[in-house]
Amino acid sequence: MLTISDLSNEIAGKAILKGLSLTINAGEIHAIMGPNGAGKSTLAYTLGGRPGYAVTGGSATFDGQDLLAMDPHERAAAGLFLGFQYPVEIPGVSNLQFLREALNAQRKQRGEEPLSGGAFLKLAREKADLLRMDMDMLKRPVNVGFSGGEKKRAEMVQMGILDPKLAILDETDSGLDIDALRICGEGINAIMRKPDKAVLLITHYQRLLDYVKPDFVHVLAGGRIVRSGGAELAHELEQHGYEAVA
Amino acid sequence: MTTAALLPTKADEAFRYADLAALATLWPLPAEAVDVAAGESGSLSVVLAGDAPAARDLAITLGEGASYDLRLLNAGGAYGRIAVTVRLAKGAKFHLGAAQLGGGDQTLEIVTEVVHAEPDAQSSQVVRSVLAGHATGTYLGRVVVDRGAVGTDGEQSIRAMLLDRTATANARPELEIYADDVKCAHGCAVGELDAQGLFYLQSRGLPPAEAKKLMLQAFIAEAFVDAPEEEVLTQAALQALGGLL
Repeated sequence: MLTISDLSNEIAGKAILKGLSLTINAGEIHAIMGPNGAGKSTLAYTLGGRPGYAVTGGSATFDGQDLLAMDPHERAAAGLFLGFQYPVEIPGVSNLQFLREALNAQRKQRGEEPLSGGAFLKLAREKADLLRMDMDMLKRPVNVGFSGGEKKRAEMVQMGILDPKLAILDETDSGLDIDALRICGEGINAIMRKPDKAVLLITHYQRLLDYVKPDFVHVLAGGRIVRSGGAELAHELEQHGYEAVA
Repeated sequence: MTTAALLPTKADEAFRYADLAALATLWPLPAEAVDVAAGESGSLSVVLAGDAPAARDLAITLGEGASYDLRLLNAGGAYGRIAVTVRLAKGAKFHLGAAQLGGGDQTLEIVTEVVHAEPDAQSSQVVRSVLAGHATGTYLGRVVVDRGAVGTDGEQSIRAMLLDRTATANARPELEIYADDVKCAHGCAVGELDAQGLFYLQSRGLPPAEAKKLMLQAFIAEAFVDAPEEEVLTQAALQALGGLL
């Protein structure tokens, strides 16, 4: 589904990713762990197409398409979802309006009919229930006045509504209390744990991986993957730290 | 020839940023008198759209306890000017909600003078400008609190968004206070669209123009909130915004 090959980039002239390679197949959940400053968020933003993240070498192919040649909204329509470490507040724009316009923009890009207001509300309610989020919160402006945990749950509601093929979740577990962590973990499983979907989890800690069991764990350090293994690698990292393992 | 018929010059503060050549084609500009009797209320929406230069000059007089709700959409041709003077008697209420949306070489301006002539009157002004290309958008707003007009509450909230570095926003809220015990506040800001917010919206599937439009719609919403013709004004504003992106 996603093939990243020898990917390098720089931000403001500074090299961050230095020849990163990673392949993710449908039905797989991958976790990337690594010390601060290793390039984890940079990888997420680069795959999402954030301006300012200039690619200097390598390639990324998503479902056979050149991901790096696409605009952010085209990547979304192709089935990529980027879960933000710090979801952005958009004053004045309600979650429901934003998500309906976003979903219908994706459908238009894919040549599909727009979803009616009624069908959209039904879908939104279903996903809000899944993440135990009150529909009233979705009527409020995007992320404005939401707690850290509410922002992350709102991200998962967005993911549920947009129904991507591949979700790249950047520290979705940061800022979550124990209950919210479980709810988000179960949400990720319910939405994304399917044979035709895949997930790339970026995290510092084992705790999210207790709920969302990864098939593969990778250690990112110095801008490239330095070690890969199964779920047991996360436990090893938790016990011995990055320095010992990588 | 009366003095009123003389075309103003740039030396006249209220016309400092005006497109005088365009104004000359509309001059002299008759003032449109609006009188609201004591205890009565009224409202008006003014929309400047279309290609021709246009200018309006409103003179509003509010009697004791009267209220007036004025909404302006200034999005017309090469030149669009709306001038408003308001005189508030005791306990009167005036609200202005305005949006001016311009691109290309448009010159748009809203010029207000709100006079609190007697005690306990309230005025509030919300002006949102969105400017692209080489457009110039100006708000000149003076709030005057006359001697003895105690208990006055005057507020101005002025914000402008520049879509291009080549566009210009002028904003000058002014207070002239000759009474004690008054409450007057003004806020004024000129900014650009938040790049992080734009990327966030695009990452969810909105093309750049739609993402911008959504953010700008939110930016100007406050100008028309609770207006009697909120729906009509909002639709007209969205159409004008679409033309800027």
